[in-house]
Amino acid sequence: MFADHRQHYLEDVRSALSIVVYPLQLLVNAPFKAADWASSEFRTHERLMEDNARFSLENLQLRAQLQKFDAMENENMRLRELLESSFKAGDRVLITELLRVNMEPYTHQIILNKGSRQEVFVGQPVIDAEGIMGQVVHVGPFTSTVMLITDPNHALPVEVNRNGLRSIAIGTGDLMQLELLYIPPNGDIKVGDLLVSSGLGGRFPPGYPVATITQVDIKPGQRFAKVLAEPKAELQRTRELLLVWPSPTQASNALNDAASNTAADIKPEKKAIP
Amino acid sequence: MRIEARIWLVLLTSFLLALMLVMLPLPDWATPFRPEWLAMVLIYWCLAIPERVGIGIAWSLGLFLDVSSGAILGQYALSYATMAFFTLKLHQRIRVFPLWQQAMTVMFLIIMHQVIVLWVKGIIGQSINTLAYWLPSVVSMLLWPWLFLLLRNIRRHFRIA
Repeated sequence: MFADHRQHYLEDVRSALSIVVYPLQLLVNAPFKAADWASSEFRTHERLMEDNARFSLENLQLRAQLQKFDAMENENMRLRELLESSFKAGDRVLITELLRVNMEPYTHQIILNKGSRQEVFVGQPVIDAEGIMGQVVHVGPFTSTVMLITDPNHALPVEVNRNGLRSIAIGTGDLMQLELLYIPPNGDIKVGDLLVSSGLGGRFPPGYPVATITQVDIKPGQRFAKVLAEPKAELQRTRELLLVWPSPTQASNALNDAASNTAADIKPEKKAIP
Repeated sequence: MRIEARIWLVLLTSFLLALMLVMLPLPDWATPFRPEWLAMVLIYWCLAIPERVGIGIAWSLGLFLDVSSGAILGQYALSYATMAFFTLKLHQRIRVFPLWQQAMTVMFLIIMHQVIVLWVKGIIGQSINTLAYWLPSVVSMLLWPWLFLLLRNIRRHFRIA
């Protein structure tokens, strides 16, 4: 157990055993998959038409927004060139599906149906349509295990989108809650602020939405404010997820930016084990 | 079919079914009540045919559960092996107990397994501080008589002794 926890010598053993477990997981997943298939197969014509109309409207709206984003991205690039720090957007992504099998109680982990055969690697960020979900912790040939950002052992470097105030979002064990560490009582943070990944720690690409602040609790006499946030990603409901291959320069750039801006308080990615 | 092959087929099927029951996703409210299916089936076979099912099998089953549930490798292997050890030590005593008393013993065996898991988790920093953690042992106790009768019928049907 020591070898697994500290040294990761046994990842090969785990990945080999995961091949044996894979058919079982598929079998457990099968009825849910069948139910999905049935519910999509037996849609009425009107429902489909309705959906179609809704989606094309949504598509129109999104594309209109995208036009604006294109212009803004160009502008952003130009400004960053002025600052002499190149910022490469556009990460490679792969759509994956969740296998619905139960995991360890009291940890937040999920299984994906993509593994090392699709070049998934340990530490890879996983997102859904709304925001960051978690990171890959184990990889087998056909499956990989993802630790969600709300797992009590997970910590994620974030910043407030409004003003760039940096912090660490740690999981609380509650799927709807993250806690922010090291926010000083006079820190500029409000309920409703959007948190995005800061890219410090080099694991998550910067700029993906993570959570919105739900509660700021400042007690005089406490060194740090107690700040809670609700994850943007639909950790309970999402079935399709995206695996992200961050472009290599991005994370290191974020680090450099931060270092040059202030004496940055760079915290390690993972929470230290007490 | 030869008797050996038949025994192993029945054992393997029951363990696989138990493992699938462990992996089956439940709605959120029901998750804390999930009984320890695999542990119960393991205890049953340890009681019924202790000369065939023992610590080795318990250890390998635990390893599979570790992998399938994403726990640290060896956590369940250790706790299942310990549980099997005590079941084997006590099997002659437990066998003659009335069903309700057997259920109590099974509960204590499962609590022991949970304590070991809790220790391991505590050491690697995944502490759990809710009393709901102990619910599966109670649910397992309530389900034991039925599982016992079911497995005994299966055992008699396939004439495994």
